Formats: sequence, structure tokens, C-alpha cells
Amino acid sequence: MDSIAGTRSQLVWVVNISVIFLVVLWIVPTGGLLVSSFRDRDQIAVSGWWTSMLSSEANVRIRSEAPDTQVDENGIYVISGNVFGDESGEVIAFGTSSRAPTAYLPGEHGEMSKGRTMVVEANGDYRIESPEPHSGSRGSRIFFRTIEPPRFTLENYEKVIFAERLGQSFLNTFAVTIPATVIPILVAAFAAYALAWMEFPGRAILIAAVVGLLVVPLQLAFIPLLKLHNSIGIGKEYLGIWLAHTGFGLPLAIYLLRNYIAGLPREIIESARVDGATDFDIFRRIVLPLSFPALASFAIFQFLWVWNDLLVATVFLGNNEQQLVMTGRLRELLGSRGGDWEILAASAFVSIAVPLVVFFSLQRFLVRGLLSGSVKGG
Amino acid sequence: MEQVLMAVATILVGVFGCVLYFYLSNQVLDAIFPGRGPNAGRNINTASAIRPWLFMGPAILLLSVYLVYPVFNSLWLSFHDATGDNFVGVDNYVWLFGDEKFLESFRNNMMWLVVVPAASTGFGLLAAALTDRIRWGNFAKSLIFMPMAISFVGASVIWKFIYDYRGEGVTEIGLLNAIAVALSGVAKGWITIEPLNSFLLMVVLIWIQTGFAMVILSAALRGIPEETIEAAVIDGASPLQIFFRIKVPQIWGTIAVVWTTITILVLKVFDIVLAMTNGQWGTQVLANLMFDWMFRGSDSGRASTVALVIMVLVTPIMIWNIRNARREMQ
Repeated sequence: MDSIAGTRSQLVWVVNISVIFLVVLWIVPTGGLLVSSFRDRDQIAVSGWWTSMLSSEANVRIRSEAPDTQVDENGIYVISGNVFGDESGEVIAFGTSSRAPTAYLPGEHGEMSKGRTMVVEANGDYRIESPEPHSGSRGSRIFFRTIEPPRFTLENYEKVIFAERLGQSFLNTFAVTIPATVIPILVAAFAAYALAWMEFPGRAILIAAVVGLLVVPLQLAFIPLLKLHNSIGIGKEYLGIWLAHTGFGLPLAIYLLRNYIAGLPREIIESARVDGATDFDIFRRIVLPLSFPALASFAIFQFLWVWNDLLVATVFLGNNEQQLVMTGRLRELLGSRGGDWEILAASAFVSIAVPLVVFFSLQRFLVRGLLSGSVKGG
Repeated sequence: MEQVLMAVATILVGVFGCVLYFYLSNQVLDAIFPGRGPNAGRNINTASAIRPWLFMGPAILLLSVYLVYPVFNSLWLSFHDATGDNFVGVDNYVWLFGDEKFLESFRNNMMWLVVVPAASTGFGLLAAALTDRIRWGNFAKSLIFMPMAISFVGASVIWKFIYDYRGEGVTEIGLLNAIAVALSGVAKGWITIEPLNSFLLMVVLIWIQTGFAMVILSAALRGIPEETIEAAVIDGASPLQIFFRIKVPQIWGTIAVVWTTITILVLKVFDIVLAMTNGQWGTQVLANLMFDWMFRGSDSGRASTVALVIMVLVTPIMIWNIRNARREMQ
């Protein structure tokens, strides 16, 4: 028995470690971007996010004090100050030109043009000495390399929401999503009830048609519908995209709701009929309240799908300020700000924040909807 | 803000309008065919023959306009030129099969079709089997399931960051290149290397879809009758044998459903390719090619032809689904 118990606990260990491995593999991509979205712009560019908790070395460029602060020390004109200003830090190396920004160690004399010299100490104090009076209105450039402590900031978010206009897109996305989620539910619920509990010729064919329409590629629909929308004047309007999302979402809505409604106990509906309730009453008083879980499942599906959709929005909405949705904005940023990861990371998280909240708070319904849609089919 | 107000107003109008339609149409029906009086019996029968169509009216209308009509219209467009005005016979189809980009897209789509459903279902099955055996399984599941909530564009940003390449002599900030540098000392521009880049794009979709496969397969695994497993344990089967010989064969039906669902998704894959490479470096796929011809090429004939190819590829699954649904209803 010992050996069996031994292999069993070994197995448990293997399983646990494998799951940990899988989970880490699955959350590291998102985690990396999440950490990056809070990092300082300069730090993202020079070090991987996995080093974000450690101090990093960074090259910095500043200007010295202006020449009008110079002091005449026995014929040598001196400008002095501290590269860190009022803060503190440590200089590892410094330079006087952009070609060699780390040419000198702290305390060494760096050569500049016109016989001037520059000294930067490790604590950041600098002195620029010149045999002639310093001229010009701006100070000289000082390049130095320093050790920076990890810095986390909300600036990136502030920047994308206001400067990159993601806030506006956020509202646009809401304006697309809410009606496109609510309207198909009502339309589908009535149809699902008819397909589940009313007898009429052609019912089986209609159900088969709904199942068939589930997989029709949307690509097929774009050109004909865009022409249609243009001809009736809703080519690039919110109304157009609401209708489009409603149409595209209906097969799944009807399919899910019909499966659920058909599974309601026959006795309830029959006895209501016997009591003289009309179909409209049965639907409103009995079926609708009982179908809440299925309605919720579909609502979440549709919400996530519409919120995350790029294709339908690109086709049926314009890309002006008042219409560009977040996925569209994100795609634009990927093109125009390709290397600015602080912008991309923060934008990505603004756009996925709402779906993630919905997902984690309503996961129960989502799973139930998935199961009623798929497991039965097998 | 204006849009949101408009959206809220639309919901009110839309919902109210829907309810009003259903309510009034029922009232009208009852008024025309009252369920009492001399013809009560016949009236009730007539009314109940019409009522289903009132209930389904808006749905049938929307489905016809938004899904059925486009199929036929696309077919018509595919035999016409760029503007849709002149009949050109099978020119578009002839062009299609000689077009380099189309053949590349088709090949890529086939590769996606093999790799993504297989990998997602495989990982999903693995994750389902493992997480069902541990105490923190539900927590692990919801973390693996999470990418389902992320948009394809968002996921593309997440993964593009991993594949990021800064150039030589610069500290790499992309995870893949950091690992490559640590192992071999050389960083690469992964996204531009053919044919590896297509697989890197597939990883994104696999990452998203594994959670879906896991959730469904895990429910199926739990639905397996205990007795079959107990019998196998008593007969001395090892855990691996139980899994592959007893459990997996009993959930073939569900595996097939998961597989086909992901297959359909893969045939339509678009956002990931658009956002990460826009079809450059040999990564083009059908859906993105169609999009190219629709917007950049402004050629409704060719775009429709490409879309129809996707439709043809989906059709076998559509028929299979319909047959399953019909069998289930009987």
C-alpha cells in the first residue's frame, strides 16, 4: 500500500506543478504588458519589464545653468550646479557631446569646445570652466549615465485617455455596444419562444436555418450590406452598426435561447394554456423570467463580442473622432506609435478593462452559455 | 458624451418599440380574430396559425436582410467587375486561382486550420484534465480562460510586445528576444521571418481559444459516468490509461464540437493578422485579403469572390451542424 500512496502523492505534485506552469505561461503575456503600462517611458525603452523591480541604468541629457549665472573666479569663468537639481542620485559616467555621452568617469575633466572643461562629480555636482566669459543665452548640454530606482507612474494612462483621445473612443464604444447588446435579446427571445413552444409548419426548417446561419462568415455580408446601408443613408451611422450587430448576433441568440426555453418544464406552459393565458402572457409572465440565466449568458457573449469587435466597426463606422471605437483606435496606434510601448500598453489595458471586469464578475453565466451552446451539439 | 446619450435614447426607443410591436400586433390579431362569438373555434385556430409569424417577424426580417440576402448578393457580385455594374463571367474566379497572394492566403489558412484547432483543443484537454484534479483548479481555470475576454487587437498588442525587436546592440525589451539572447546571444526580428511568423500569429489565437476548449471539455469530463472509471481503477488501469482509453473516447462528440467551433473561427481570422503584420512577410490570410480588396482595392467583385471561398470552406461544417441539430431534435 505504501508504494501506491507514494505514487499518488507524487502524481499530485506533478499535476500541481504542471498547472502552475500552464497558468504562468498563460498570464505572463498579459502581466508583462500590464506592468509595462505603469512604467516610466524612458525605462520601458531601455530595459525589459521583468527587470522593472530592479534599479536600471539610464542615459540622461540636461542643460547646465544659463551663462548669466556664471561666476568670475580669478579670471576663470565658472558655471556650476547639480545635474539632479534638488533631488539626489549617482552619476556613473558623463560626457560633453551626444557622440560620446559616457566618455568620462566622475571627477575627470571633460573637454569642450573653445578651451572649456567640464567636471561632473559622482553626486551630480558639475563645474564648467572657461578662460573666456560664457556667451549665449542657454546652458551647455551635459550627458550622463545614472542608476535610476524603479519608477511606476499613472502618467501613461493619463496620456492615452486625454492626449491620445482614448477617452472619447471609450464613450464611442459604449454607444455601439449597449444598443447592440440589448436589442437582439428582445427580438431573439420572442423568436426563440415561437420556435420552442408554438406549433406551425416549417418550424424544423427554420431551426435548421438558424443553425446554418450561425457559421455564415461575416466577410460575405459586408459589401452587400454596406451598399444597402449607403443607399438608405445609414452607411456610416450608429444606427447602421446597431442593426448590423443585431443581425449578426441573432443566430446565436435564437439558438441559445431556444435550447434553453425548449428545456423549460412542459407542465408549467401547458397548465397556463389550459388556464386561458395567451402566448403573449405566457411569454411575458412565465418564459421571460424563467429564462433569465440564458438571457444573461447571451447578453455577456454579445457584449464581449461587440466590445471587442474591430471588423464590423471598421466597415460600418467611420474613423472620425465621434465614431472611432477603441479597437480601431488601438489598431491605429499600433501603426502610428509602433515603438511607443508605454502608449500601446496603457491603451490596450484601457480597452480590455471593461471586458475583464465583466468576465470575472459574470463568468458563471458565460460558462453556462458556452455549455448549453456546445456540449449539447455533441 | 453625446453618443452615449444617443445610445441610451436608442435603447429606450428600440426596446420600447420592440415591446410595443409585439404587444400591439398581438392585440390587433386578437381583435381581428376574437376568441369568442359565433366563429370562436375557427378564429382561435386562425389566430394561432398567424401568431408564431408575428413573434418571429422581426427576427426573420433581420436574418434575411443581414445574413441570407448577402450570400446571394455576393454570389451575384462575384460574377461582376470592380464596381458591380458589368457582368464579367468567371473572370474573377480565373483571376483568383492565378493570384499569388490568394494562393499564399489559402495555404496560410490551411496551416492555421490544422494547427490552431489541434493545439487549442489539445491544450484545452490537458488543462481540463489537470485542473479537475487539484484544489485550486477553478482559480487556475479562470486565469487560463481570461484571454477569451480580451479583444483580438488587444491580444495582438500583448503578443507584439513579446515578439518586439529593437535592433542590434540595443537591450531587448521583448520577452522572446530576451530569452533568445540569453540562450544563443542573438536577437531576431521574429515577426518578419517566414514561415515562422505565421506560427507566431497562430500562438495568439491558440492562447485565446485554449480557455474556451478547456471550459467545455472540463464539463464533458465531469459528465463521464463514475462507474466506467471505477471499473477501470479496479482493473488496475494507470491514470494515463484511464485518461486516454476510458475518458477521451467517451467525450469524442464534445471534442468534435470544440474542434469545429474553433475551425470556423480560424477560417475567419482577421484582426490578429491585420494588427500584427497586415499580411506582410507571407502571413496573408483569406479574411484579410478580402478586406484588402474591399477597402484598398475597392473591387467588390474580387472581394466577394474571396469571401465566397471562405463560405465554401465553412459549408461542410455548416451541413454537419445542421444534421446534428436535426438528429438531436428527433
